[in-house]
Amino acid sequence: MSKTVTINIDGKEIQTQEGEYILNAARANDIFIPAICYLTRCSPTLACRICLVEADGKQVYACNAKAKDGMNITTTTPNIEKERRAIMEVYDVNHPLQCGVCDQSGECELQNYTLEIGVDSQSYAVKDVARVAKDWGHLHYDPGLCIVCERCVTACKDMIGDNSLKTVPRGADALDAEYKASMPKDAYAMWNKLNKSVIGLTSGEEMLDCTSCGECAAVCPVGALVDTHFMYTTNAWELEKIPATCGHCSAGCQITYEKKHASIDNPQEKLYRVTNEWNYVSLCGAGRYGFDYQNSDVTKDEEAFNKAVEAFKKADTIKFTSTITNEEALILEKLKEKFGYKLVNDEARAFQNFLNDYSSVSGTRLYGSDLKETMAANFIVSVGSALKSDNPNARYSLNNSLTINKGAGLYFHPVSDPVINGLSKNILSVTHKPLQEEAVMYLLLDLFADKEKLPKETVDYLASFHSTKKVTITETIKEKVVEKVIEKKVNEETGEEQEVEVEKTKMVPKKVSKEVEIDDNALLGMVGAPENFNETLEKFLKKKDDFALIVGPDFYNHPNATNLAKLVALVEKYAGFKVVMIPALTNTLGVSLINELSDSEGEYVIGYNTKGDFTLSALGDGDLDMPAMNQQEGTLTSINKQVNPTNAAMSYGGYELNDIANALGLEAELTINYTKELPTAKGFQEVDFDDLEDYYTNAGEEIRGYKLKNMGRRVSSEPKVEKIDETLALDGETIIYLANPVRQFSDFTNKTTNLDEVSGLYMSEEFLASSEFNEGDSVRIKTQNGELVTKIVSDNKIAGAIALLPTFDSKLNSEALFSGYRFTSASIERV
Amino acid sequence: MSLEAFNNRNVNEGDYFLVDIEDYPTDGWGKFKRVVKRTFKGELFVGLWVVLREMIKFDIHTVQYPEEKMPIGPRYRAVHEMKRLWESDAERCIGCGLCEKICISNCIRIDTRIDENSRKEVSEYSINLGRCIYCGYCAEVCPELAITHGGEYENASDQREHFIMYEDMLTPIDKMKAGAQLEFEGFGSITPHEDERVKKTPLAY
Repeated sequence: MSKTVTINIDGKEIQTQEGEYILNAARANDIFIPAICYLTRCSPTLACRICLVEADGKQVYACNAKAKDGMNITTTTPNIEKERRAIMEVYDVNHPLQCGVCDQSGECELQNYTLEIGVDSQSYAVKDVARVAKDWGHLHYDPGLCIVCERCVTACKDMIGDNSLKTVPRGADALDAEYKASMPKDAYAMWNKLNKSVIGLTSGEEMLDCTSCGECAAVCPVGALVDTHFMYTTNAWELEKIPATCGHCSAGCQITYEKKHASIDNPQEKLYRVTNEWNYVSLCGAGRYGFDYQNSDVTKDEEAFNKAVEAFKKADTIKFTSTITNEEALILEKLKEKFGYKLVNDEARAFQNFLNDYSSVSGTRLYGSDLKETMAANFIVSVGSALKSDNPNARYSLNNSLTINKGAGLYFHPVSDPVINGLSKNILSVTHKPLQEEAVMYLLLDLFADKEKLPKETVDYLASFHSTKKVTITETIKEKVVEKVIEKKVNEETGEEQEVEVEKTKMVPKKVSKEVEIDDNALLGMVGAPENFNETLEKFLKKKDDFALIVGPDFYNHPNATNLAKLVALVEKYAGFKVVMIPALTNTLGVSLINELSDSEGEYVIGYNTKGDFTLSALGDGDLDMPAMNQQEGTLTSINKQVNPTNAAMSYGGYELNDIANALGLEAELTINYTKELPTAKGFQEVDFDDLEDYYTNAGEEIRGYKLKNMGRRVSSEPKVEKIDETLALDGETIIYLANPVRQFSDFTNKTTNLDEVSGLYMSEEFLASSEFNEGDSVRIKTQNGELVTKIVSDNKIAGAIALLPTFDSKLNSEALFSGYRFTSASIERV
Repeated sequence: MSLEAFNNRNVNEGDYFLVDIEDYPTDGWGKFKRVVKRTFKGELFVGLWVVLREMIKFDIHTVQYPEEKMPIGPRYRAVHEMKRLWESDAERCIGCGLCEKICISNCIRIDTRIDENSRKEVSEYSINLGRCIYCGYCAEVCPELAITHGGEYENASDQREHFIMYEDMLTPIDKMKAGAQLEFEGFGSITPHEDERVKKTPLAY
């Protein structure tokens, strides 16, 4: 794509990609250029101007100047030093000396750069204005401490896509006029802008209403934006940092748990917050705020343990969820081999089948792409996923591609999503009916696939949707009209006024109706595409060369999942899409690779984090306690096909699965002894857990665990796909969908103190307004599989007439209402 | 540079001299002679005379502890005190935690929280006096001159762990109102001529 160029920074020859920002190239090669407002992966903000460098004799900003071959760059000149010093002095103007109580507690970039540049005196002053601290719910904003670097705004816009923050007027006095002449140029320009703005909410309301990821507080270089739950509770240096992998969803984000003792009275350890390498990984609200789900105060209960061992001897089935490590999955698999248990995990089973069907056409065991490649693409299609809640990182990738790569996207889903629609004007939501996913996949084949390579049968089938129809269109055309106008002119010779007839041509718009033959694509009607779909798509596809497809969990339990899997493979193979599939839970991918799963349960079931005749639970409500994900070490397989190591943040005093396995005759001192035994035939590597690394380099390269090998598989040359099953439809007026609100994934997120979403039946505001129900009403939801009673919750993050039923509260037992597929028709009545 | 001076490691040379001490007796007869000599020399009475002389002079310097106590210097480093602000009687401690950080014997712990006015507030503070070595770093590092050392050195305890809490260290409000709070003059306090040494910054108003 882009070619490698050589540039020279301060006499050091470095290799970089053409068009890479100088700042990134320097950072990747350990050359220091000061920069405050720039965020890797986001667009340059140009607020701080401190990254000034001299490139080929000209002063440029390193964060937005692109590298060209043979460029000669000097990072400091006397003039640049003067600018930098002035900029740092300006940042210190009216900045309160509250370092003692500031939550940044020394991890402050303002402090660092002030000392780095060596600011020991102040030459500038301006009258301060009252800047009142604001409580925005889960965030606290103190404009007094804010240096308006706009990193929060940039992160929210370019990474997250909520666009919740913007700069608002400060209402300050203008700068002293003499500064303009006396100050360094860039420092003055930067101050002039700084002095006019503070950060405010885009909505203009008092409270923040966003998807609450907290990324803005994470990127804040000073203590202006902080998490309310963390505010003034501890100093940063007190906290012990534990690198780990987030255990809530399949994104497998690298996080750092930070802990210390709870208080003077209570010496027990407590998690205070989660931090992240925000330049390279962005967290969602669950990852950032849902950290205290550990199973605490557990001791070795020998009686319960013996009962558990007895139960394992008696049992013939182990039922489990995918919120387990690869090692635990391997222990279960080994127990299965030894005692012939049936391993039951419906959701991983569905994914396993789906991958299997997919590989029968694609020839690879795993989907070909990952979220990083998706982020680099410039045309992204998402199908079958409530993207913002199924995998927030997939949504960030989509948003980042839309904003940074000037990309475009299509979002096919039955539930209309205002958050996705708000990402950019270059995303088109197509709200299709449930069970129409096959039509969507055929539409993608029809629009993008190389028809010459596609199997003939499929081409013919696609052609059958096309027909020509005559439509009358009214066009506005411009017509040339010649008019005769009488003008008064002064005769130059005589000086008299004369009337002269002049011919003038004018273009006059005129409406014309005409009949044209157009191609009518029946597939568009089937998926409920808007009328201007073709024109919009044509506009979207300009200058696009990198296509990605995100496939979501709606597919895996679809009645025709097999066919969908094959269609996904066809789209990948013949339409040149990079495909990524969202595993439904944390380690669904790992489980589906490691375990041989059964479809049906036996007579005596051991449940691991799910109900069984004997229940092992990390939630503390079972017959024997297990450690939660933040109390375990092990590896997790992420959506990026990466095997990520995670460490135990909190101590755990009870028994673990490995102890039971040892009692049953397996031999391993620690659970992580199984890391190197993970099946290499499935793409895992034979590596010791302690040899797995976990960090990001300065160049942004992720050195974490290892990547799964995508194993090949022999396939038949002519892939066979079924036609769209047009008999499938959900009857009934009301349709409910099994999906969680943002920030909630499972009982573990539900257990945490900072995530306070209430469970219930989520209805969009428009649905509520047009129905007889009100928020808070108790309703009985009936489907053909059962019924339950819950309360109605109004949700402004969805639109349309499909209600959402969450899975994060197992007390609700919402899954029992569905027969696999995430949509079902239901009746709702007030009780 | 010549390294000769460093190479000469004979420390007995130069200014050193040997003290003229009689050799120790080695045999039994010699030891016997020494005992007899010391016994009848009368040195004992020299000492007794000094005591008697001082007794009848009635010029006694002994401090009658605990009834009587020596005055303590303002820079003495004994049990900590928490000061209040002269202007408002409010607590000076802002809860920055630097004392906890700098403490080399790890005897300070501080809990903070956010109060009703969105300010940082110390919810609990303890010093384990059993561990404290009274080095004075906490007082030196304190940016607000809040934690200081006082003159209260009587902190004997029947157990090693011996905690003092925030309320015990804080200047009582009646003492404050009476203007009886003493400023600490040791390390970390304001030195004379401090105003002259501060570089002034321009202020626009």
